[in-house]
Amino acid sequence: MRILNRLFMRIRNFSGDRRGDERLHEEIEAHIAMQTEDNVRAGMPPTEARRQAVLKIGPIVAIREQYHEEEGLPFFEHLLRDVRYALRQLRKSPGFTATAVITLVLGVGANAVVFSVLNALVLHPLNVYEPRRLFAVEHKEHAYYMQSYPDYIDYRDDNSTFSGMAAYDTTDLAVIIGNSAVKSYGYLASGNYFDMLSVRPAVGRFFHASDEHGVNSAPYIVLSYDFWRSRFHSNPNIVGTTVSLNTHPFTVIGIAPSDFHGTEIFFWPDYWIPLVDAPETGYSPHFLANRATHNLWILGRLKPGVTAQQASDDLNAISRRLAQQYPREDDDLDARLVRPGLMGDVWGDPIRAFLAAIMVMSALVLLAACANLGSIFAVRAADRTRELAVRLAIGASRGRILHALLTEAVLVSVAGGMTGTLFASILLELLSRWQPFGDYPIHVVALPDARVYALALLLSVGSGLLFGLLPARQIWQTDAAQAMKGGTSASPVLGRFSMRDVLLCVQIALCMLLVIGSFVAFRGMERSLRTPLGFRPQGVTIAETQLGMGGYTEAQSWPVQKRMAEEAAQIPGVSAAGVIDRVMLDNDCCGSESVFRQGTTDFRSSQESFAAHNFSVSPGYFAAAGTRLLAGRDISCHDGSNTPQVAVVNATFAHLLFGNAPAVGQHFELFGGSLREIVGVVEDGKYETLTEAPQPAMFFPLAQGMNGNDTALVVRSALPPMDMAAALNRMMDGIDPNIPLTVRSWPDVLDLALFPARAATGALAIMGLLAAMLAVTGIFGMAAYSVNRRVRELGIRIALGARKVQLMNAAIGRPIVLLCAGSGLGLVAGIFATGLLRQIVYQANPGDPAVLGGAVFTMALLGFAASAIPARRALSIDPSSLIREE
Amino acid sequence: MEMWHASVGSQNVRTVVPNSMKPKKDVQPGTLALMVLKTLDVLGPLHGYGIARRIEQISGDKLFVNQGTLYPVLLRLEQEGAVESDWAPSENNRRARFYRLTRAGHKLLDAEKRDWDQTSAIIARFFEVKAEDLA
Repeated sequence: MRILNRLFMRIRNFSGDRRGDERLHEEIEAHIAMQTEDNVRAGMPPTEARRQAVLKIGPIVAIREQYHEEEGLPFFEHLLRDVRYALRQLRKSPGFTATAVITLVLGVGANAVVFSVLNALVLHPLNVYEPRRLFAVEHKEHAYYMQSYPDYIDYRDDNSTFSGMAAYDTTDLAVIIGNSAVKSYGYLASGNYFDMLSVRPAVGRFFHASDEHGVNSAPYIVLSYDFWRSRFHSNPNIVGTTVSLNTHPFTVIGIAPSDFHGTEIFFWPDYWIPLVDAPETGYSPHFLANRATHNLWILGRLKPGVTAQQASDDLNAISRRLAQQYPREDDDLDARLVRPGLMGDVWGDPIRAFLAAIMVMSALVLLAACANLGSIFAVRAADRTRELAVRLAIGASRGRILHALLTEAVLVSVAGGMTGTLFASILLELLSRWQPFGDYPIHVVALPDARVYALALLLSVGSGLLFGLLPARQIWQTDAAQAMKGGTSASPVLGRFSMRDVLLCVQIALCMLLVIGSFVAFRGMERSLRTPLGFRPQGVTIAETQLGMGGYTEAQSWPVQKRMAEEAAQIPGVSAAGVIDRVMLDNDCCGSESVFRQGTTDFRSSQESFAAHNFSVSPGYFAAAGTRLLAGRDISCHDGSNTPQVAVVNATFAHLLFGNAPAVGQHFELFGGSLREIVGVVEDGKYETLTEAPQPAMFFPLAQGMNGNDTALVVRSALPPMDMAAALNRMMDGIDPNIPLTVRSWPDVLDLALFPARAATGALAIMGLLAAMLAVTGIFGMAAYSVNRRVRELGIRIALGARKVQLMNAAIGRPIVLLCAGSGLGLVAGIFATGLLRQIVYQANPGDPAVLGGAVFTMALLGFAASAIPARRALSIDPSSLIREE
Repeated sequence: MEMWHASVGSQNVRTVVPNSMKPKKDVQPGTLALMVLKTLDVLGPLHGYGIARRIEQISGDKLFVNQGTLYPVLLRLEQEGAVESDWAPSENNRRARFYRLTRAGHKLLDAEKRDWDQTSAIIARFFEVKAEDLA
């Protein structure tokens, strides 16, 4: 209590303006006066009496100090004094301060951004109860994550290691709100989905396993909080009413809590409906019944105490039994557990690898920044030798000076770190609001949390302290007398390499590595852009819809699709129009199907020749897409349900099945034995990603039944995209106003396919740019410093008739040597870092001469730019004025 | 304090210096506060100079203290709530700051006194002990 009381008083004294000094002064005056009076009374002469009184009270200055220390908080007072001093010092050298702060902003900012994304996507588990016990069930083959509903039921019911197992799929359905149909994205989820996750509804209730009584038995819908707020204005009375999904009524039973966005980190659904009601919205009944139809993701919660290994052994035992029981459909079934949230490892693997590699890169940027920081602090300490010597000479302890320098370093690092984090949060805020793919509900929410702030603080203060203290050794060794007498002694150009030189060399090497990374990314991007696509997207508009949203069954959709193609071709300015069921290189492309040789009777998947992408097209699609026909004929309007089943295949397909023999006129079989005749061969294309190896693909006539409701009208025209969109929407209103149409240009669709390459290029380009800026500051600082320090020597050299080359050598020889050495090291490191770069860029090849040439050229350019000003300064030294100054 | 007593007796300043060189006891840390408390306890409200003079008289010349060091101690006791202070006219009508023991100060004095008695009793026993007592 006493101590608290006292602390409180001290804090009050410390913060408030203090009257204690005045009081002490007055008290001491009174004390001396009374003592003097007593002395006089004892017989002293007045002057002597006062002198004695003053002597007696003791050293007043020391007492005042002591009084102050009792009064306030001396530690903070010292700190405050150091901070004030440091601020004054920093203001006096704005160049140094700005360089140091900017260096830290770059280093800390880059790391805060990258770590935030890593934190949000990889380190942070799903926002549900006990997320660590949740696992997605995939197949052993990587990126093969889809499961069939019957397999899911068997896994769910027969396992002994999971406390719950749910299945779900994403879907897009037309939700009718007011008078308009809106394409909205949501989940088809098994009845136990919410219960397994232990999520509680914000309003109403969720659906449960007990609501399911077979196909189409639970026409319920749960809305997401955001969807409820934006589309239904948070109206709680919405619960109990019905909304129309693809023209079928569903009862709204509840609203999900605002912080629950499903079980995929990127994909934020608008609603959840029971999986058993998928057929109600137009899905084929096969969707739930067929063991060979793989459409679902399985998410399970382990029982407490069960390891992932035990659980996967358990599931694999079930898989083996199913393979024996259902050899046709399940003969290759197996199971593997992966962390959920990023579409299993389909996105998880590349995203984790990409982020890890970028994290390494940004750590390198930070390291380069620290090296830079270390060398500018060292330079500063060297420049201040004389000042420090004076302070030592007048009695400052080395510890005190160190304390002051430390304060300076911490101030700089905190300023840099805070600014860097501020920039980082602004960037992350933009990233979180960014919707990269149009209406697709993709969110990359990576707002910085406490962990990120802690990291940023740690990094900035840590690097500031560590590298700000590098010159401490220098201070410790300062001989005050020597420093004041001789000033600074000139160091030989290529003598012993100092700490500073090593730092600069390391920094340049790191920068070279990062610059190589940028060039590799640019090359990868360029390669992606040059890849032949197998179609000509320029000038093509795509209008997508799902005819099921208008209530059409699969059998009813061909006439509508045919009408769309025909009417679109009539629009003035349109040169070709066709319909395909899936858009190549779009996010939900593609599906594939097993292909068997003619005459096969055993349709187990081990007997297939290969799996080929399957597309259904209308006549005229290839012309509209700009895909060249290599042999045979296009699908024609005569290919119908009563004529022989035909297919157009691509060159890879033809080659895989028939080698170099002509494929046209040959046959192949699909699962179950339906025979197809090949009538044409088209050029190869890119279907899922720009970087994929050539894939086999086959195209069936939409009229021959291989047809879903998915419809993409492909229109080639010279009209501006806006006019084209308006014309297509008008046309569609004429055909059926209930069908929502999404109109995009094909190049826009391709943005998605280009996204990984763009993201990689962007990230690496930014890292490279940061590195380049650091390299410039580093070399500039070094060269400027070396010229500055040796102005006198250079002047004498000029006076003695040194040539320009000699002068240059003396002035900036060392930074240039370091630049070359560092770049060489960086090049070697770059070649060894191929593996790292491969995580980011497809087929990264740092040995590419264009990459190496570009990187070397860049570094040379940076070196030249950074040392030009110091070099000019060296050349413009006027020896006569310099010598006169002395 | 010795200086002052010396100067009371003689007006020759030079005698002061050698006198002050005589071995004197320095005040042990913390004891000055105890003396201040006890002084205020016995004599009631006093100003700084008064406290200094009393301590000098009571300790009977054996202590060496710069009178000024009293003020940081007083400030500290005040911050701890053991004393209170106010400006008031002194006996010869000079403005002086008077210090007065608070209730907390009384308690503190009691506690400190007990501590001190205990410590000195223990120390005293150590000095009384003879080798044969421990055998």
